[in-house]
Amino acid sequence: MKRAVFKNRGLPYLLVLPQIVVTLVFFFWPAFESLRLSFFRTSPFGDKTSFVGLENFVNLLSSAEYYQSIANTFVFAFGVTALAVGLGLFVAALATQKVRGLAAYRTAVLWPYGIAPPIAGIIFLFIFHPSYGVLPYWLGFVTSYEFNWLLKGWVAMALVIIATAWTHVGYNIAFFLAGLLAIPTSVLEAASVDGAGALRRFRSIVLPLLSPITFYLVVVNLIFSFFGSFGVIHAVTQGGPGNATEIMVFKVYKDGFIGLNLGSSAAQSVLLMFVVIVLTALQFRFVEKKVIYS
Amino acid sequence: MLAAHVLLAAATLVIVFPMLYAVQVSTLEFQEVFVFPPKLLPGAAFTDNLQRAWEKVHLGRLLANSAGIAVAVALGKTCLSVLAAFAFTYFRDFPGKTLLFVAILVTHMLPLPVRIVPTFQLMHDFGWVNSYQALTVPFFASATGTLLFRQFFLTIPPALSEAARVDGAGPLRFLVRILLPLSLNNLAALFLVEFLYMWNEYLWPLIVTTSDEMRVVQIGIKMLVATDAQAEWNLIMAGVVAAMVPPLLVLLALQRSFVRSISLGQEK
Repeated sequence: MKRAVFKNRGLPYLLVLPQIVVTLVFFFWPAFESLRLSFFRTSPFGDKTSFVGLENFVNLLSSAEYYQSIANTFVFAFGVTALAVGLGLFVAALATQKVRGLAAYRTAVLWPYGIAPPIAGIIFLFIFHPSYGVLPYWLGFVTSYEFNWLLKGWVAMALVIIATAWTHVGYNIAFFLAGLLAIPTSVLEAASVDGAGALRRFRSIVLPLLSPITFYLVVVNLIFSFFGSFGVIHAVTQGGPGNATEIMVFKVYKDGFIGLNLGSSAAQSVLLMFVVIVLTALQFRFVEKKVIYS
Repeated sequence: MLAAHVLLAAATLVIVFPMLYAVQVSTLEFQEVFVFPPKLLPGAAFTDNLQRAWEKVHLGRLLANSAGIAVAVALGKTCLSVLAAFAFTYFRDFPGKTLLFVAILVTHMLPLPVRIVPTFQLMHDFGWVNSYQALTVPFFASATGTLLFRQFFLTIPPALSEAARVDGAGPLRFLVRILLPLSLNNLAALFLVEFLYMWNEYLWPLIVTTSDEMRVVQIGIKMLVATDAQAEWNLIMAGVVAAMVPPLLVLLALQRSFVRSISLGQEK
C-alpha cells in the first residue's frame, strides 16, 4: 500500500488521541469493571463488597427466570429480524419496478427508520389496545379470540416484535434497494430470454447476488434487537405480562438499577458479552469477505 | 404489472399506516378516542392536544434536550472518527498503529448493556450524574465511523495525497481542503445514522438523569402514558407526533446522502 505519505511522528497519535481516550475511559474500563464486579456481591447500599467467586453465574444459570429471559431474547431478536429483513426484501423488490410515483414510494417506505422504537411501541400499544384499539376491532370480525396483550404473553411479544421490526424495516429497504439496483439488467434479461419466469429469476439470480447484503442485515438486525431494544420494552410492557417480554437487557437493568443486585447484573453483562462477541465475529467475517471478493 | 404496482401501494400503506394513525388520533377530542367503531377521520383538536401535552411534560424542554444531545453526539462521533481514520490511512506506519485501530474496533463489541453498572458508577465518581456531559461524552467513540471513513479514504486515489505533499501542503491542510470536501456524502450519512441512534437512546438517559428538566423526549412520552389512570390517548399521540417530527426532518434532509453512501459502498 503506497498511500502513507505524511511523515509526521507525533501528529497521528494526536489525531487518534481523543477517540482512544473515550474508548479507554468509557468502554474498556467499565467493561473490565463489569468483569470484576461479576465475581463480587455488593450490599444494596453499596457499602460492602465481598468476593463470591462464580456464585453470581451459578445463581443465574440455575434460575428459571434467567433461562426465560434468554428464550424471550431469542424469540424477540429472531422474530424482529425475520420480519424486518423479510418485509424489507419484499418491499425493496416491489420498489424496483418502473411505476409512476416510484420516488415517492421509495421515500415513504424509509420513514419508519426515523422513528424511535419506544415511540413506535407506544403507537402500536394503542393500535393493539384491547378496548379501543383498531386491530382488536378489525380482528373481531374474523375471530372471537381475545388479543389482549395485558393478559396474553404471546400477544405482548407480538406487539413489541412488530413495533421494533417496523422501525428497522426502512433501513433494510434502503440496503436491499441499493443491492437490487446494482444488479446489471443484462443478466436478468439474458435469463428472461432463456425462458426463466419472474419468480425463477428472483430465486436463482437475485437472491444469491443479494446474499452478502442479506447476511449483513441479518447480523445488524440481530445486534440491534439484542442490545438496542431496552426502550421499547420499558416503554410498552415493562417485561410483562408476567415475564413474557423480559429480554436480557431489560433484566440487566431491572436487577442492577431496581433490584440493586450489582453483582448479578454485572454477571449478566458478562454473559451478554459472549453473545455480542459471536455476533460481531460474524459481522466482521462478512466485512472481510466483501473486501476480498469484490 | 398492475398487480405489482397495487402490491407496492398496499405495502407502502401498511408501512406508513401507524404514523398516519398516530397523527389521526392526535387530532381527536378525548371522547372521540373511545368511540366504537374507531374513528378513522381526523378531528379538529390537534393544536389543543399538543398544547396540553406540551405543558404536562414540558415537551419543549425535552425536545430541545433530545435534539441537542443527538446533534452533539453525531458531530462528536463524526469528528473523532474522521480524525482517527485520517491518522490510520495517511501516515507512515507508527508504532502501535494496529493495536490502536483494533482497540477502536473492539468498542463495537461493548454496547452499553455489557458495561452499564460500571459506566453509571463512573458518572457518579466524575460527579456527572444528571448532566449534559454524561448524556454525550461517553458516546463519542465510533468503531462504525472510523471503519467507514478508513474504507472510504482507501478508495481515494493515492495520487491526490501525493500531489498535495509535492505541493507542500501539510496533512491538516490536505484533510480540510481536499479530503473533507470529497467526503460530504459519507459525512452526511454518518451524521444521520448517529443522530438517529442517539435520538433513539433510552436506557442511558433513563438511568443517568434524575430531574425532569434533563429528561429526553422518549421518556417524557412514556411518562405521558403512565401518569393517567384513564390515559388520554389524544394527548399521548400529540406528543408522539411532536417526537416523530425532528428525526423525520433530519432523515428527509439527509436521505439522499444516506442512500448514495450505501450504493457507493456496494460498488467497491
